[in-house]
Amino acid sequence: MDYVPHTPDDQKEMMRAIGIESMEALFADIPETYRIKGLLELPAPLAEQEIWEHMSRLAARNRLPGATLAGAGAYHHYIPAVVSHVLARSEFYTAYTPYQAEISQGILQAIYEYQTMITRLTATGVANASMYDGATAMAEAAVLAAKSLGRDRLIMARSVHPEYRKVVKTYAWANGYECVEIPFNAAGQVEGEALWGLLDGRSAAVLVQSPNFFGVIEDIRPLADLAHGQGALLVAGFTDPTSLGILKPAGDAGADFVVGEGQGFGNPMSYGGPYLGILASTDAFMRKIPGRLVGATVDRDGQRGYVLTLQTREQHIRREKATSNICSNEALCMLAAAVYLASLGKNLGRLAALNVWKAHYLKETLSALPGWKPLFTGPVYNEFALACPDAKEANRRLEKAGYTGGYDLAGEYPELAGGILFCATEMLRREDMDNVGSLLK
Amino acid sequence: MELIFEKSRPGRTAGSIPASDVPETALATLIPAGLLRDGLNLPELAEVDVVRHYTRLARRNFGVDVGFYPLGSCTMKYNPKVNENVARLDGFTGLHPYAPEACAQGNLQLLYELAGYLCEICGMDDFTLQPAAGAHGELTGVMIIKKHFERKGRKRSTILIPDTAHGTNPASVALCGFQVATVRSNAEGGVDIAHLRELMTKDVAGLMLTNPNTLGLFERNIEEVADIVHRKGGLLYCDGANANALVGVTRPGDLGFDIIQLNLHKTFSTPHGCGGPGSGPVGVKRHLAPFLPVPRVVKKGKRYRWSEDFPHSIGRVRAFYGNFNVMVKAYTYIRSLGAAGIRRVSENAVLNANYVMTRLKPHYRLAFDRVCMHECVFTGEKQVQESGVHTTDIAKRLLDYGFHPPTIYFPLVVREAIMIEPTETESKETLDEFCEAMISIAREAKENPEFVKSAPLTTPVKRLDDVQAARKPDVCWTLC
Repeated sequence: MDYVPHTPDDQKEMMRAIGIESMEALFADIPETYRIKGLLELPAPLAEQEIWEHMSRLAARNRLPGATLAGAGAYHHYIPAVVSHVLARSEFYTAYTPYQAEISQGILQAIYEYQTMITRLTATGVANASMYDGATAMAEAAVLAAKSLGRDRLIMARSVHPEYRKVVKTYAWANGYECVEIPFNAAGQVEGEALWGLLDGRSAAVLVQSPNFFGVIEDIRPLADLAHGQGALLVAGFTDPTSLGILKPAGDAGADFVVGEGQGFGNPMSYGGPYLGILASTDAFMRKIPGRLVGATVDRDGQRGYVLTLQTREQHIRREKATSNICSNEALCMLAAAVYLASLGKNLGRLAALNVWKAHYLKETLSALPGWKPLFTGPVYNEFALACPDAKEANRRLEKAGYTGGYDLAGEYPELAGGILFCATEMLRREDMDNVGSLLK
Repeated sequence: MELIFEKSRPGRTAGSIPASDVPETALATLIPAGLLRDGLNLPELAEVDVVRHYTRLARRNFGVDVGFYPLGSCTMKYNPKVNENVARLDGFTGLHPYAPEACAQGNLQLLYELAGYLCEICGMDDFTLQPAAGAHGELTGVMIIKKHFERKGRKRSTILIPDTAHGTNPASVALCGFQVATVRSNAEGGVDIAHLRELMTKDVAGLMLTNPNTLGLFERNIEEVADIVHRKGGLLYCDGANANALVGVTRPGDLGFDIIQLNLHKTFSTPHGCGGPGSGPVGVKRHLAPFLPVPRVVKKGKRYRWSEDFPHSIGRVRAFYGNFNVMVKAYTYIRSLGAAGIRRVSENAVLNANYVMTRLKPHYRLAFDRVCMHECVFTGEKQVQESGVHTTDIAKRLLDYGFHPPTIYFPLVVREAIMIEPTETESKETLDEFCEAMISIAREAKENPEFVKSAPLTTPVKRLDDVQAARKPDVCWTLC
């Protein structure tokens, strides 16, 4: 099936108006040798019913787990029904970036409200309309820090998500910046002494995550103070945004940039994307941060309205002087997050508490198993790392029972080989946790 | 319309959290009090009020489903509904990215096959699906170019970009530590060959070309352009934002391009979503394949898996694998259309743009009077000279006629630019209605310029004060 309305008669009439004899004439500028004579080698077209059947079969070739025990940057949270209904409004999903503000007040106001909610959750002065994901949000904040300060060294905690660190390294390589790593201590937190040792006049930013990859909550304030003492900036990341419902925001602890992954707010796990990069900062960086920003203003009648603002930061105006090239972002995922937050409201606090209780229960249950113990002593949100007798065997049993297992730490953290990172959100039922305990005995 | 915060009332709630089936241990015993937040300032509304709020916001928004949206270079084509339904299948939305590969064979197969289709469509040898948007794809592409020269032990400092290029091009180049040198366009709207020859040295890594360009014109001298660049050991990058003009008719790989980024949310019908999510796959010829981001899907027999076994990869450009759910829609689209349908896309996209150009030529000055591809560029200069009505006024007046305006003031090389891209999914009647509106506005501009300058008059808000928004930025609500 295709979506071209024209009948052959329509096409004839239009060709006549244009003054051409055939469709071929439209492509006369393409050198003849390179014009495809027949058709591309692609499968034959399908009617709608056939495409539905084909895609249903393809989707069914996946196996959904009974429950997910992995977090590690993507989280199984309950999505309230209102989210999908709002997102199905095609005035939203079939619209473009709101350059024509007068007919885009819907999304512009929604973005303004989202910006507000994020600044409140993170205790920052400004939040943008979205980045691609938590990893690129962190990488772009790091690049901005380096460019703002004219420095070329990034100090990154090893307890930041391994994929986020890889993305930062790629962006750093592209710009000629150096990356150095700070280790974690027995608590699973950034070693303050080590950070002090690494900071110098070339350091642009210190990149940390809280809760970090191991689920451990960092004390940001001392790290921010250390960074600032050397004129560097503090970038605090997060991967499960529901943690903001209960934890002290990094903005209150001295972070210059708060970045993270917003998938947990109303977006399905969707095999890794599309996700939602959150980027917020102090007011000092309002005129430099990447991405779209919506500002309030008035129209000719004095009515309140919203527009994209401070566009001179952006690539379409600053071109090679822009601090970022971002154009399309993750607007619809942002809308899902906004609706999620509007729907939960202050209940986000209770949701976050429920995550803490579930994780605590799972952690206690598993830590009681012979040969199993926590890898770290620090406080956690909804993820935690445990050492166990045989990580591969443990996950094999879990997968055989139809669960998505925990994250095996050996690959990215050889020093923690034998360790597994588990996550328990509000979606993990007690009976599954008890069952997991029995399976792993 | 009130903000959601203004509708908030203490104690109201829309969300319901289940009771805990595990002990509700006092939080301060689990997490030190100093790490806990005091209070949460989020709006409190009942569900009916949340839904009404967002429904009213939707009614204050304009999407392709509402009306014609001829934004040049954005390819605002119709977003098929079956693609939306497919993308919502649990099998596609429900998996954690770290689900075991054995449980994700459907997804892995989709990614592998999609990459194959894109290779065939573009004439490339391999594709990465990791980048999240076109600009992200451009950045990835420039990183690949950088890595290519690094591996050769040669550092080239500059990348050439035509003066008609989209801002993301020079921005991407600068973000990889390259200098930008701008190539002039000639009187026909193509690359100025003499200028290109002058600029193309062994210190230039390559040329980033949009083809057709942002003037909607196919680069007639593409063979010579490719030759000039390749002769000096440079790479030819294709910004595939305008692929809607070419799919099924010609292939960038055949035209001499070494690398291309596509925009699935343009050519491949996935919805724009008010600014994303998009997807910006990058295709390369064989010699650049080693540098593609990891991980990549590989196939062994009938099984698919992820592999990081590519030692010269540029690394990762994002976490996980890409905007997977967007790719589900693009895959569905390609399978729906098949080869025949894909060819009909470009044929009719170009037909529609030429039809609009023909009808509007007597009323607006054309930037370049030649057969256009999928978009045509006019200038509002005639109206400015005759009656002081600018392109922005024409665009605002179009809102009153119920259309989304074309792209305005881009490309920068055309003064008072009006870039119209109808796409292939519009009927002749819609195109005629649009042309009649534009013709009517041209007449209004002549007869009653002040009226046109006061537009829009029928939209939810009138013209907004951009200047105040930038001078005194108000980017978050602090009053309640």
